[in-house]
Amino acid sequence: MAMTITEKILAAHAGKKEVQPGELIEAEVDVALGNDITAPIAIEQFRKTGLESVFDRERLVLVPDHFTPNKDIKSAEQCRFMRRFAREQGITHYFEVGEAGIEHALLPEQGIVLPGDLVIGADSHTCTYGALGALATGVGSTDLAAVMAVGRLWFKVPETVKFVYFGQRRPWVDGKDLILFTIGKIGVDGALYQAMEFCGEAIESLSMDGRFTMANMAIEAGAKNGIFIPDRIVKKYVEGRAKRPYRFFESDADARYKEIIEIDVSQIEPQVAFPHLPSNVRGISQVGDIPIDQVVIGSCTNGRLSDLISAACVLKEKKIAPQVRLIIIPATPVIYREAMRRGLFDIFLDAGAVISPPTCGPCLGGHMGVLAKGERVVATTNRNFVGRMGHKESEIYLSNPAVAAASAVLGRIAGPTELGVEDRQGGQNDAVSG
Amino acid sequence: MRFQGRAWKFGSNVDTDAIIPARYLNESAPDALAVHCMEDENPRFASEMKPGDILVAGTNFGCGSSREHAPIAIKAKGVPCIIAKSFARIFYRNAFNMGLAILESNEAVDGVSDGDTVEVDLSSGTIRNLTTGAVFSSNPIPSFMQQIIYDGGLMGHIAKREKA
Repeated sequence: MAMTITEKILAAHAGKKEVQPGELIEAEVDVALGNDITAPIAIEQFRKTGLESVFDRERLVLVPDHFTPNKDIKSAEQCRFMRRFAREQGITHYFEVGEAGIEHALLPEQGIVLPGDLVIGADSHTCTYGALGALATGVGSTDLAAVMAVGRLWFKVPETVKFVYFGQRRPWVDGKDLILFTIGKIGVDGALYQAMEFCGEAIESLSMDGRFTMANMAIEAGAKNGIFIPDRIVKKYVEGRAKRPYRFFESDADARYKEIIEIDVSQIEPQVAFPHLPSNVRGISQVGDIPIDQVVIGSCTNGRLSDLISAACVLKEKKIAPQVRLIIIPATPVIYREAMRRGLFDIFLDAGAVISPPTCGPCLGGHMGVLAKGERVVATTNRNFVGRMGHKESEIYLSNPAVAAASAVLGRIAGPTELGVEDRQGGQNDAVSG
Repeated sequence: MRFQGRAWKFGSNVDTDAIIPARYLNESAPDALAVHCMEDENPRFASEMKPGDILVAGTNFGCGSSREHAPIAIKAKGVPCIIAKSFARIFYRNAFNMGLAILESNEAVDGVSDGDTVEVDLSSGTIRNLTTGAVFSSNPIPSFMQQIIYDGGLMGHIAKREKA
C-alpha cells in the first residue's frame, strides 16, 4: 500500500508493514525530550509508576532552557529538581547551563535527533525535527512520563496534507515567511490533528535553517507534525553529527493525501503576523506605520546562525532607533561562538543591541525582555497570543530576522528594502564574515 | 458520571497562555496554578467561579504550548468538564491524562449562553441547558476513557490497574 513519509515512520516504529490514517498504534520512541518547565511534572508522574530507572538513559534528553539561567528562586528549584533526577539516572544528554541551548536548535545540532526517528517531546515545538525527515510531535508531561517508563506511546495515525511550494522566492523571503503565509491561509486550526508535508521546488532550495523554522511552526496551524522529505541538504547537515544509524524515508508517489495545497512563493513578500494570532498575517507592504518599543531576534523558530547572519546583513554599519531595545539571543552555545567568530557580535553591539545567552526567555514572557503594558515588540518567535511576552495589553508582531532587524533600525515595522539593503542569498550569504 | 454547574462561555482559540500564563510556570503545584487560571482572559472567572462550574468554548480550545499546567490549573480550580467545538491536539491528550472530562459539540456550544446552568452526562454524552430546557448530544466518551477520568487521570488509572 502506498504511504506518506509520516505513515511509513509510524509503521516502522510500530513493527507494522503499513498503517493508515485514523488507526491507533503503539510505537517505539527513539528520543524523548523534557525541559525545565515540563520535565518536573513528568518526573513526578514517572515516580508514581514505582520504577527505579528510565527506559533508556541515552534516549531521554533533558534540557534546562526555558527559564535559564535561572530567573528566580522557584525556577532554580525546578531546575535543581530536574538536575538531580538527571544525575541519579545517569542521563547522557542532560545539558547544564553553558552547554545548554534552546532544545529545538540544540538536539539537531548535536546529532541527537536524526532522519527517520520517532521523537516525542514535552514541548509543543518538538515538531521542529520534521525538517530532518523525522516524525516529531509535542506531548504533555504525563505522556512523557509514560515514555520515560516504557519507551513506547500510543499514537493516532494522522491524515496528511501536502503543501507544494513552487516558484522563486523574492528577496528577504525565508522559511518564516512561507510558514506564516501558510498559517494565514489555513488558520490556527487549519491542520488540526494532521501531518503537514512540505515540498516543492521552492523547498528544495530552502536552507536547513529555513526548514527548521517551517517545521517548528506546524503546531501553530494545529498540526501533529510538520515534515520534509530528506534530501542532499539534510544529508549534508546530518553527516558528521550522527553517532548512530539513521534512515531516509520518503512518501510514495501514489500516497494518499487529505488535501494538496499549492502555493506560488513568487507572490509572497515578507510576512508579519499581527496580534494576537499567528494566522493574522499581512505582507510587509500592507503593514502601515506601527511604532515599536522592542525587537527580539532568537528562539527555537529563528535563533540559528543563518538567522543571525540575516539580521547582521541588515544591521551592518547602522544604529537602532533610540527608542528601541534590540535583544539578540543565539539559540545554542555553538551558534553563539560561531556568530562571535564571524564578527556578528561587533555588528550587533555597534548597532546598539544587547546579546543574551541562549534561553527561551522572552518568547514566553519569562525573562530577558518581558514587555510592559502597551508596549509593542517585533519578534522572530512563534506565538503572539495575548500576554505571551509580558503584560496582557502588550502587542507582539511576528516576522523573520531581517524584518525584525530593519524594524529595530527604523523604530517601526519595516522591511530591509526600505534601508536599501540587498538580500544576496535569502539570508544564507556569508557577506558579513568576509 | 454527571456534572452540573454554571457555564462560563469563552470564544475560539483559547490558548494555553490564556489558560495559565507562562510567567506562573516556575512552579507546578495545582493549587498555585489554579489561582491564576484564565486571569488574562476573564479576570471575573478567576475570582467568581465556583467549583463545579463548566467551561464552554468555541473551536481549538487549548491551542499553543504543550504545558500540562493548563488542564491541571482548570481541574484544580474545580472545573469538572469542558465543552468546546473542538480541542487542540495536545490539550486533548493532556486533559484525559489529567482526568479532566472534555466533550465536543457544536450545537451545545451555540445553545449555551454565559451564566446558563448546564448538566452533562458523561456516559451518554448528553448535555442539557437547564436554563433554557434545550438538550444536545455529543459523542460519548468510551467507557475506558471515562474510567481514566474517574481514576483521576492516566497515572492514577495505571496505578489502580496494576493493583487489581
